[in-house]
Amino acid sequence: MSKATQTPGTELLSAESRATIDAWLTRFPAEQKNSAVLAALQAAQQQNGGWVTRELMDAVADYLDMPKMRVYEVGSFYSMIELEPVGRNMVALCTNLSCMLCGAESLVEYVEKKLGIRLGETTADGRITLKLEEECLAACAGGPMMTVNGHYHEKLTPEKVDEILDGLE
Amino acid sequence: MSARPDIPAEEMVNIEINGQPCQARKGAMIIEVTDALGISVPRFCYHKKLSIAANCRMCMVEVVKVPKPLPACATPVAEGMKIFTQSEIATGGQKAVMEFLLINHPLDCPICDQGGECELQDLAVGYGRDVSRFSEGKRVVKDKYIGPLIATDMTRCIHCTRCIRMLREVAGKMELGATGRGEHMQIGTYIEKSLESELSGNVIDVCPVGALTSRPFRFKARAWELQQHPTIAPHDCVGSSLFAHTRRGQVLRMVPRENEEINEVWLSDRDRFSYEGLYSEDRLQSPMIKNDGEWQVVDWETGLQAAVDGLRAVIDTHGAEQVGVLVSPTATLEEMSLLQGLARGIGVNNIDHRLRQVDFSDQDNAPLCPTLGQSLAELEGVSAAFLIGANPRKDQPIIGHRLRKAALAGAQLMVVNPVDYEFLFDVHAKTIVPPSQMAEALAGVAACFPDAGHGATDAVKKVIANATADEAQRSMAAALKAAGVATVLLGNAAMAHPQYSMLKALAAVIARASGATLAVLTEGSNGCGGWLAGALPHRGPAGGTVAAAGLDAHAMLATPRKGYLLLGVEPEHDCADAAAARSAMKHAEFVISLTPYASDAMKACADVLLPIAPFTETSGTYVNTEGRWQSFAGIAAPVGDSRPGWKVLRVLGNQFGLDGFEQSSSEEIRDALREQTGSIKLDNRQAAGAVAGAMQISGLQRIGDVAILATDSLVRRATSLQATPDAEAATRCRMNAAQAEASGLQDGHTVTVKQGEASTTMTVEISERVPDGCVWLQAGTEQSAALGASFGEVFL
Repeated sequence: MSKATQTPGTELLSAESRATIDAWLTRFPAEQKNSAVLAALQAAQQQNGGWVTRELMDAVADYLDMPKMRVYEVGSFYSMIELEPVGRNMVALCTNLSCMLCGAESLVEYVEKKLGIRLGETTADGRITLKLEEECLAACAGGPMMTVNGHYHEKLTPEKVDEILDGLE
Repeated sequence: MSARPDIPAEEMVNIEINGQPCQARKGAMIIEVTDALGISVPRFCYHKKLSIAANCRMCMVEVVKVPKPLPACATPVAEGMKIFTQSEIATGGQKAVMEFLLINHPLDCPICDQGGECELQDLAVGYGRDVSRFSEGKRVVKDKYIGPLIATDMTRCIHCTRCIRMLREVAGKMELGATGRGEHMQIGTYIEKSLESELSGNVIDVCPVGALTSRPFRFKARAWELQQHPTIAPHDCVGSSLFAHTRRGQVLRMVPRENEEINEVWLSDRDRFSYEGLYSEDRLQSPMIKNDGEWQVVDWETGLQAAVDGLRAVIDTHGAEQVGVLVSPTATLEEMSLLQGLARGIGVNNIDHRLRQVDFSDQDNAPLCPTLGQSLAELEGVSAAFLIGANPRKDQPIIGHRLRKAALAGAQLMVVNPVDYEFLFDVHAKTIVPPSQMAEALAGVAACFPDAGHGATDAVKKVIANATADEAQRSMAAALKAAGVATVLLGNAAMAHPQYSMLKALAAVIARASGATLAVLTEGSNGCGGWLAGALPHRGPAGGTVAAAGLDAHAMLATPRKGYLLLGVEPEHDCADAAAARSAMKHAEFVISLTPYASDAMKACADVLLPIAPFTETSGTYVNTEGRWQSFAGIAAPVGDSRPGWKVLRVLGNQFGLDGFEQSSSEEIRDALREQTGSIKLDNRQAAGAVAGAMQISGLQRIGDVAILATDSLVRRATSLQATPDAEAATRCRMNAAQAEASGLQDGHTVTVKQGEASTTMTVEISERVPDGCVWLQAGTEQSAALGASFGEVFL
């Protein structure tokens, strides 16, 4: 296996992403670089507008000196890693038990109708992607809730959702 | 996918299985103990040669005082443990797991190739319910293309991950993985690509269901229609144990035969899939003779008579020294033995099986037979291995696997190679130099040992004295010195090297100085057999002396003879210098070829063709690199009128009126030779003697190691193997970026490659594995057949 040689592929990672990955690498033993794979994929995702290409996964694999297949496995396993192009804003409505009891289902219906897309789809103007099957985000006390680009919004009502979504670029 | 706990074998604990008290190694998993005792525990993901995944959950057993069933594959035994494998808790757990496994498994057994030899099918009979309680829709997974060797039906996959683990842990590259999660989890390559491993076919064996099956064998036969016969793999000096599966006398597939001492449970793709070449279109069906340039099908009597008359005519007009006899290193010991008897009986000493060798300077001092010098199993116990001109991963995949195991266990592997071959582990130190500088590099290592040249000839001493070791070479010498058990191994590229004798002498110096075992790998499946049987110009059977030494394989072609007798040889593919071989055959007056195949090239140069049986249709013996004699029986029906080679040679011997051709079985021939060689202990050490001088080469050097899928006539005809990435890579002209720029070439360009008069066009591939001033043009391929010396000068 290549010994820390910087293969051309790793150039795809921006200087910022590399700095992030390097920072994470300091937290793990030197021979366990692959521990940083999830953080590395998130950095790559951020650099690329919310999703990772196969080339970026390859770059992460080369950067961390791990088999490409292993990175594909991680990338396809975790729902926070997107493998297809997404909109500028990622909206994730929790539909787990607590939120569901507080009316998450009708909220989802409302948002779908409002945006004219189903969960897992992106608006035609590329403004919003609705995350498919978002699982519990540990804000049960504030249900129904959603995250917008990672920021929590709790105790949602249709009016509140209108306000938040309409304010997105 | 946790690793196995590493606990010393001597610590034992007392346990009880199904009421029977027994002892087990502390730390052993329950399933290892039950397997050793012959108690059956169902399983899918557990495989004794792979890491433990414990993800199928089928091997549930009851352990007293534990309130739930436990997986036998991942539960270590402990003192006083009481285990029940058939209790209600155990079988209840097993049945429940089986029900889950069958939820998504299709009911397509009638059209599944695995049907009849399927672990899931077998266990479902014992543990499955008659009726499914699952009424929802089943999961469907799109099929993937993972190359010409393996067919996929991924809907049948039960996610045991054996294939992933096999490729990652044994083959060394993680080519398959599990992507997605839960219901969406799939086994695959993620991106469409062909598997590249030379051991990829083993995923077929480890797959417990019909998800991964043999593509060439697809829909050919049902398991219960096949007859199973043990045999020996015919391609490399390992001689892996095989089972041939036949139906009505036709070989339909090859599978590994477990043999812990040789191939364990694995098989290289070359050994597994080469059988396709057995029934290639150009199989010679009956004897043929050339009459005024026209080929005529004749009966055996006429064919044999034509062969005898032709040979006699050459000997009578030009003398016996004008006949050359070339035999493939994949011929059986019996064929080689009778062939040398025939040749010497009619006064011909020009006989050789070392077709790819060019430097024979030290052959008179050579030991009886070059061998590994240790057992294959011992190879994985070395603490340092020094490989010279060797690419075991492709040349002898099983040896590559053993060495990789050693490396993963901490052994230091070092290489001096003409190409930076890919090793799937960390190489401790390497020197990659053009062929012309390999001796110098070795001398550098030798120079690190005090008094290294002791006992060597002046020529070798001088090379060592002139050498200066660099960092890598010092580190190689230090690792060898420090190693407890070490080996110095000369590979196939070293053997084909123009300075083989010098490389060998230096390797011997290093081995002696470091206390390492010298290992010499031979070509073909029976390179050792060739030495023992006396298919050599300078020695008879069992190393016996001959009246006058004949010409070696290279000299026989370099100074063309008037007549040739070929056994299993395709000169332009199998010889060191394709151009010389082509020209010698073309200009010879009479060429007789005993061969299973009649290619157009063969028909153009030969005068008599006698169809002999490939290894599946004749009994015979191969001697592997350990010096292990492995006999096999003919297991398939002969194609057309072809006959076992030894029988044809016996009749030829009778026709010439020679003594010693009265054998009624191949065993008789083998036993006679066995008696002659029996008392000799094999040893690679050889007395110091003549060595080749420096290579005289100024221009671009060709690196012409033999491509993995072009080693012999059988594998060259195996169509599925020829469609793999390995075969494709061998057709390209590879050089590094600096050389490409100097030659004004780019990746993908078409280039005309010339060697003397010979030339061919090839596609350029830029590869930094090739050193400066070299072109990597592998031998044995169609392209190579149009060129010249494997390690000669080349022009672009």
